[in-house]
Amino acid sequence: MPVEIYLNVAASGLLTGLVYGLMALGLSVIFGVVRVVNFAHGEMMTLAMFLTLVLFNALKLDPLVLMVPVAAVMFVLGYLMQAGLINPFINRPEHSQFMLLVAIALVLVNVQLIVFGPDAQGIRTRYSFDSFKLGPLVTDASKVYAAGAALVVAAALFAFFRFTLLGKAIRACADNYDGARVVGLNVKRLYALTFGIGSACVGAAGAMLMVVSDVTPAIGPANTLLAFVIVITGGLGSMPGALLGGLLIGLTEALGGVLFTPSAKSMFAFALLVLVLLFRPQGILGRRET
Amino acid sequence: MIARLLEGVPRRGLAALGALLLLLLVFPAFASGYLLSVGFLILHFAFVGQAWNIMMGFAGQLSLGHSLYVGLGAYAAAALYVHFGISPWIGLGASVGVAMIAGAVLGFLAFRFGVAGVYFAILTIAFAEFARIGFDHFSWVQGSSGFFLPVANYTTNDLWNLRGSPKMFYYLMLAMSVAAFVACHALLRSRMGYYWQAIRESPEAAQALGVNVFRYKMAAVVISAAMTSLAGVVFAFYYNNLFPEQIFHISRSIELILGPIIGGIGTLVGPLVGALLLTGLAEGMREAMLQLGVEVPGVKQVFYGICLLLVVMFLPHGVWPPLARHLGLERGAGRREER
Amino acid sequence: MSARLEVSAISKSFRGLRAVQGASFEVPAGSIVGLIGPNGAGKTTCFNMIAGVFPPDAGEVHLEGRRIDGWRPDQVCAAGVGRTFQIVKPFSGLTVLENVTVGALLRSNDVSSAQKRADEILEKLGLGPKRDLLASALTLPDRKRLEVARALATQPRLLLLDEVMAGLRPTECDQMVAVFRELNRAEGITILLIEHVMRAVMALAQRIVVLHHGEVIAQGTPEEVVRDPAVLESYLGEETEI
Repeated sequence: MPVEIYLNVAASGLLTGLVYGLMALGLSVIFGVVRVVNFAHGEMMTLAMFLTLVLFNALKLDPLVLMVPVAAVMFVLGYLMQAGLINPFINRPEHSQFMLLVAIALVLVNVQLIVFGPDAQGIRTRYSFDSFKLGPLVTDASKVYAAGAALVVAAALFAFFRFTLLGKAIRACADNYDGARVVGLNVKRLYALTFGIGSACVGAAGAMLMVVSDVTPAIGPANTLLAFVIVITGGLGSMPGALLGGLLIGLTEALGGVLFTPSAKSMFAFALLVLVLLFRPQGILGRRET
Repeated sequence: MIARLLEGVPRRGLAALGALLLLLLVFPAFASGYLLSVGFLILHFAFVGQAWNIMMGFAGQLSLGHSLYVGLGAYAAAALYVHFGISPWIGLGASVGVAMIAGAVLGFLAFRFGVAGVYFAILTIAFAEFARIGFDHFSWVQGSSGFFLPVANYTTNDLWNLRGSPKMFYYLMLAMSVAAFVACHALLRSRMGYYWQAIRESPEAAQALGVNVFRYKMAAVVISAAMTSLAGVVFAFYYNNLFPEQIFHISRSIELILGPIIGGIGTLVGPLVGALLLTGLAEGMREAMLQLGVEVPGVKQVFYGICLLLVVMFLPHGVWPPLARHLGLERGAGRREER
Repeated sequence: MSARLEVSAISKSFRGLRAVQGASFEVPAGSIVGLIGPNGAGKTTCFNMIAGVFPPDAGEVHLEGRRIDGWRPDQVCAAGVGRTFQIVKPFSGLTVLENVTVGALLRSNDVSSAQKRADEILEKLGLGPKRDLLASALTLPDRKRLEVARALATQPRLLLLDEVMAGLRPTECDQMVAVFRELNRAEGITILLIEHVMRAVMALAQRIVVLHHGEVIAQGTPEEVVRDPAVLESYLGEETEI
């Protein structure tokens, strides 16, 4: 096979990886602050994708525009989930929280199955078949747009945490739960906001993914796992790590798919996970805990 | 030996267990074919739940990928039978061996490199998913198109080759469940059982008391994997077909841990009670829906999800501990009672 | 070898922060030694290095002449060192007896003889009547006792006690002091204790080592140490317990 094919596949993998990275960023933000692992992450992602689909069919708007209302809805959902279900579990043992989210995931994925059916559904935009040419590189326009949107959202998120008062308050909560309470922060509300923000990331990522791929309820659990693999690879609690992990996993899967068979591509992501756990358990950009 | 096993078990608990065993023994005489299959399913989940409980309930290591061991066990014995005509009773050696190796590799990776808690759970899922995709492309066992055993002749029971009636499988599963119950009871009161529980409660404190935490965690994973793979062997010969998409799927892993969670993690009776409740209710609901003429896939799983949600929210220790207290089986037959 | 424990020039930093720096001291066999110093002086870090929780960055730890630094905690325990944790770590879901049995199993051939040993130790520490309670149901002083009982069950020749008197009432404190004296006298257990309760340290320790900012600034008999100008200075600046 000529080199150009590998280059093209790599580029496409990197672009998809950015969208994965945004999804994983949501997981990382939630974990970094609330210290709860959102086992329903992929299921929320498919929910966002279905939401985009429904809105698209009703309004005929571009999914990248629909991203805004979808993210808003997911924000509200995430906020309510944290405030209603997860906050009472904050001081429960880790496995107990995990089980709660497993239950939520189980309900979410199967409600989607009942409502939307098991078949794959997609969206066709007016740029679905466009492509960009850059020297030997040919890439799908939809992937470029989706990746661009992912970068914009990620940049906005970084800015939010760095420059706004609310973002700083949330980071304070993540650093020191008791300290944050002592200085009078309403930690539970901040937790709910954080879960909302993480969910909004997932919502935005879901809308973007709708541009480049189809949705079935069955990809929910697979996406949850993918998000975890990305976050662990990149480094837990590290926001740039999540994006980097997304890029790496996107690249690994794309190259694995073309070198072997596309249906086995996830095996390469797992292989990467195992390698990371072996040689750098804290993740590529993670800090080792003492 | 038997006297030592019985030592410390409250008499009422023993009587209740005896009555339950008797009920399970005579159950096939009255049950229809359908009820018998539900009975088999309950015992199957009770057995696998017991095996999972060794890891989570005793040693505190959350595995969400136990379908890996079920699948490996099922495929190993089935492949040896189909390809070489080897009896499952011999083939199960391979099943247990493969599952133990998989468990050991997983445990080594996780415990050597400090992958604990939820990350450990993720790693177990990743292993199961890895196997699922791997078996999809494993042509020796027909990959994703499914691996089939020659369908059993229901008129004679060939126990040696596990070809026979549902009744035979029911009794086999019952014998395995009883054996698992007794084995777990013995394990829990052994040195290993004490060390596991210590590790579950506080690994640092256990290690400061001279417990080789790594070794005992490994033992928990390997023993649990071996036991779980046995259930896989029976599963393969009972259903006669294996699909990687099903047997290794994460929903299977979750299904098999619901019993012990709902029944009561770390108790001996919990997995059985949980399997009874959950499978009983789910099958009852399915029947009811069939009567009403509605058939929607996913409803059972939503039901499972809601059950799990309610239990973790309102009965964090499961159904059994409060039930045992109510029945006067304080800290019941599930937990050791010293003195 | 007359020194049961010999700590030579151990150092430890966490992310560039020096917790312990070149600390050296000895614990003679059969003695009771107190390790004191203001908060953050590096006492618990020293303990953790001796007990094998993490290896020192530099320096050596010898137990009865054998080098043990870098060993895992369970290996150090098997070599004859029992320890307690400053923040108690009971096995909450197990009974008091089961907690101590875990420790006793280290040097027992079977569970029933371990239980018997555990029972004896519980009696000695006055926890006998509470043997069947869940550890989570104990009060803080009882949890501290349980911590000691578990460590004792491993039959250590050196016992590391990390603030086991903190939070005890004076009478309870005196009881504990009596228990440790008795253990030291009758069973020859060597004890190294971190303690803020000076009344207990003064009553128990034959020698005292003072840590300040990760360095040993004085060591000697209790009388010598309290008169040491360096000790007075470091304590007067931060705490006035002496």
